[in-house]
Amino acid sequence: MQQVIRICNKELKDYFISPIAYIVISIFLLVTGWFFFATFFYYNQADLRNFFDLLPITFSFFIPAVTMRLFSEERNVGSYEMLLTLPLTFNDILVGKFLAGVFFVAAALVPTLAYPICVAFIGQLDWGTVAGGYMGALLLGSAFTAVGLFASSLTRNQIIAFIVGMAICFTLALIDKMLFFFPRPMLGVIGYLGADFHFKNIAKGIIDSRDILYFISVIFIGLYGTHLAMKGKN
Amino acid sequence: MIHVENLTKYYNDFCAVDKINFDIKKGEILGLLGPNGAGKTTTLRMLTGYFMPTSGTIRVKDYMIDENLLKIKKLIGYLPESAPLYHNMLVYDYLDYIAELRGMDKDKKISRIRQLFELCGLDDIMHRSINELSKGLKQRVGLAHAMMYDPEILILDEPTSGLDPNQIAEIREIIREIGEEKTVILSTHILSEVEATCDRVVIINKGKIIADDLMENLKQSESQKYFIYLDFLNTEFQSVRNRLIEIEDVVNVERVNEEPNGPLGVRITCKSALDLRETIYQTIKQTSWVLIEFHKETKTLETIFRELTKED
Repeated sequence: MQQVIRICNKELKDYFISPIAYIVISIFLLVTGWFFFATFFYYNQADLRNFFDLLPITFSFFIPAVTMRLFSEERNVGSYEMLLTLPLTFNDILVGKFLAGVFFVAAALVPTLAYPICVAFIGQLDWGTVAGGYMGALLLGSAFTAVGLFASSLTRNQIIAFIVGMAICFTLALIDKMLFFFPRPMLGVIGYLGADFHFKNIAKGIIDSRDILYFISVIFIGLYGTHLAMKGKN
Repeated sequence: MIHVENLTKYYNDFCAVDKINFDIKKGEILGLLGPNGAGKTTTLRMLTGYFMPTSGTIRVKDYMIDENLLKIKKLIGYLPESAPLYHNMLVYDYLDYIAELRGMDKDKKISRIRQLFELCGLDDIMHRSINELSKGLKQRVGLAHAMMYDPEILILDEPTSGLDPNQIAEIREIIREIGEEKTVILSTHILSEVEATCDRVVIINKGKIIADDLMENLKQSESQKYFIYLDFLNTEFQSVRNRLIEIEDVVNVERVNEEPNGPLGVRITCKSALDLRETIYQTIKQTSWVLIEFHKETKTLETIFRELTKED
């Protein structure tokens, strides 16, 4: 466990010492802020629905950009060899890196707390749904981080890692909007695979164990895939 | 200390290491020698747990690699080829991070880092970023990384590649110093390095061990066959040949230079446990040849290596 914390610390330091963190977070805030406030006054409703509705899409771009370097860079530079020959297990490494990604996503979400605070000044804000929304955002972010980590473990090229990660996240985010392409008997299963569907439930403030289980499964599958990829390469 | 049995590694269909066996005793400096692509790095990577062997076993002390990998990793300090380090970290931060991952407590960590800075000559570059360092300096940081926990076994993959002659001498000095108490395995294709540092040599070629012996034995076993070089002035090759080939145990007499006006160079191949120089000298003394050079070439590791690894 200590080793996990050390790896996580190091990765977080790497993010915040270099300009990557600040650039990526600023762009994230700019995009979400613009889309949220651009239409906020038309609706004339004091809620954050607009912000949360778009989150699965923005996260599909933003999170793979954060996670793409986690394994690809190490493999490319060769420091991966150093890492694996230190007294660490695969799981120490991948959980450490995963947690660093999750903390990074959380750090990007913290400044967006300014939105509900602003909204609360202008109208009656239901803090319950906001809390649900943030919890859902964190779960969604963690699930996408696991997917991005998996994509990064596949290749030593960061750009490929980004595109693969983005493609998977994007599919998860949009699949329940594409249901008309699929035959009727499969609709239930495929609809259930959509991250957007589960996220919206939580963001509405309905905390259902099925939705939480969905995100935990995605996290687990992503991390397990990463583990297999690491094992396969050695 | 380390026991390797039938170790094999396949990359898809390509066999990089083919059923090799060897043992390493405590306190030994073992040189792993071989041409490029012989399987040296692959062998070392398996010893350090970076690659899993396709088949075969590695035992370090009482630990098997497939059961107690973590314990083995704790015993081993490893310097990979070309020292890949985190480029965006400062030298001090990097070593500090390694010390932490090695589970050292704070006081021990600081004193050990200080010690290593002195040993590897890193004092001046402690606060520089790793990507600014030259190859030689990176190699030294890598060496400090490998020695961080004062490991019982040190595995170095081409430790002196890319260093200047002074640095090479320094690093060899360090390796010999460590080798007095620790077990060291180093791979290289530089022969003089093995001669200068190692107690024992394992030569591999195409994934197979073709020689495994102590340095002295290896030299002796091949010393039955040796060359003697002679240079003459104003002398006919044919008469020299006719005379010398009659000496017992002389296998061959050849001309080695073809310049018409230069001295006549002759190489005599001898196959004998005895030194034939005296007999040859006595023979030459009876003639009127003008001898200007006379030396024996003892078999160096280089010739042994070339003979063992040359294509059939």
